[in-house]
Amino acid sequence: MVKREDGRKPDEMRPIEIKAGVIKNADGSAMVKFGKTIAIAAVYGPRAMHPRRMQEPDRTVLRCRYSMVPFSTTDRCRPGPSRRSTEISKVTREALEPALFLDEIPKTVIDVFIDVIAADAGTRTTGINAASVALADAGIPMRDLVASVAAGKIGKEVMVDLAGKEEEETSCDVPIAYMPRSKQVTLLQMDGDIPVKDFNDVLKMATKSCEQIYKKQKEALGERWIK
Amino acid sequence: MNIQEQFIKDLASKGNRNDGRKEKDYREIIIEKDVIPKAEGSARVKFGDSEVIVGVKMGVGAPFEDKPDSGVMMIGAELSPIASPDFETGPPREDSIELARVVDRGIRESKMIDLEKLCIEKGEKVWMVFIDIQIINHDGNLIDVAALAAVTALHNSKMPTYEKDVVNYEKKTKKLPVRFKPITITVAKISGKFFVDTTLEEENAMDSRVSVAIKDDGNICAVQKGGDSLTESEIHQIFDLASEKAKELRKLIN
Repeated sequence: MVKREDGRKPDEMRPIEIKAGVIKNADGSAMVKFGKTIAIAAVYGPRAMHPRRMQEPDRTVLRCRYSMVPFSTTDRCRPGPSRRSTEISKVTREALEPALFLDEIPKTVIDVFIDVIAADAGTRTTGINAASVALADAGIPMRDLVASVAAGKIGKEVMVDLAGKEEEETSCDVPIAYMPRSKQVTLLQMDGDIPVKDFNDVLKMATKSCEQIYKKQKEALGERWIK
Repeated sequence: MNIQEQFIKDLASKGNRNDGRKEKDYREIIIEKDVIPKAEGSARVKFGDSEVIVGVKMGVGAPFEDKPDSGVMMIGAELSPIASPDFETGPPREDSIELARVVDRGIRESKMIDLEKLCIEKGEKVWMVFIDIQIINHDGNLIDVAALAAVTALHNSKMPTYEKDVVNYEKKTKKLPVRFKPITITVAKISGKFFVDTTLEEENAMDSRVSVAIKDDGNICAVQKGGDSLTESEIHQIFDLASEKAKELRKLIN
C-alpha cells in the first residue's frame, strides 16, 4: 500500500475534530478541524430579511459567506471578498440548500457565515461541514446533515482529503458534499485531468468518506444537546 | 412558480422543449473569428439568441513568484446591462464571477495555452494573456457559449512583439502558442430529464446543472455543479452526455 506524505492510508482522512456551539451570540455555530485546517461557522436566523427588496415573498433566503481570515495562510491573504471566495460562497450555498426546508417562512433569511481561521487544504469542504453542523445546532429543520470532503488521484491511487504537497501532485481535485441518507450529491466541482472512468472511483471514495464525517457530525451534535 | 416555468417543466418531463428541439439538440451555432481589430484574437459566438464576444489582449508583466518562468493567464466576464433586463451595472457579481472562473478552469486545467513559451525574462517579465468575456445577448447557456468563444479566440490569436521594453501591437508575427481544444458542455436537469444548451426560459425552470470541460483525449478537466442535488448515477449520465456532445462541438473550432 502507498504511504502518503503524512503516513495516512489512501482512504484515511486527517484527524477530524468537530464541536457544536462555539459562538454564544449565534443561533447556531460549529468549529470543524481537518488536520491543520480550521473553520468556524455561525448561523443567524431565520430572521427578517433586510434590505427588504431582497425578500422573497414565498420563501426563506439562504445567504452564505465564506471568508479566509488574513492570518490563515503563509502569505497574508487580503481581507474582504475575492473572486475565489465569492464563487465558494455560491457553491457552499448550493451545497446546503438541498438540506433545508426553505418554503416555510416567507420573507426571512438564514445567514451562514464561515470564517476559515487556519488554512491547510480543504477549506471549502471543512467550511461546509461546519456550516451544516451550525445549521442543525441552530435548531433549523433539515432533511439531512451535509458532509463534505475532497478526493483525488495520485499515480494509480485514489486518495481522500488531500493535504500539503498532495494538492500539487494529484491529477484531479474533486470536492464534493453529500447527504448520506438520501445519497444526494450537493456540491460537485473538479479541476485536473482524468478519464471519465477514473472519476467514478474518486467520487465513490469521497462519498464513502462523507459517511464517516457524517457520524462525527452527529456525535458532535449529540455531545452538545443530549445530556 | 409561474406559468411559464410550469409549462417548461411539464414539457421537459416528456422530453420535449418549447422550441421543438430534442433533449440533445443544440440551437444553431454561429462562430465568427477576428471580429475586433485591436484585439490579439477574438471571436463572436451565437447559440440561437445567446451571443458572446471574447477578446484576447496581451501585455507584459511580472510572473507569479511560484512560477517565475511561466506566462500569466486571466479571464474576466462582464454581464453587461445591454444583454438582459436582469443585468445591472456595478462590480461583478456571483454569476459573472462563476462564469469567468468555470471558463478559466476549463482552459487552465487543459493546459491549452503553453504558458512556458510566454516567458520573456525569467522571474522578471512574462507575457500576460487577458481573456475577456463580453455578453452581448443573454438567452441561456452562457458558460458553453463563452467557453467556445474563448477557445476559438485563443486559437486565432497573434502575439504582438516586444522590443526594447516596449510592446509593439502593430507588428504581430507569431501565433499565440496554443494546443488542444477543451470543450465545455453544460447539462441541465429539468423534471428528471437531461438537456443541453438550455435557453433562459429553461434555465429559470431547471433543477440543477453540471458544466463539464472535456479535453481532446476525452479526459475531463473541470466540473462545476450548480443548483439542486444529484445522485451518483445522474452524475455519470451527465458525463456521458457531455462527452458525446463535446466531440461534436470540437469540430466547429478552427
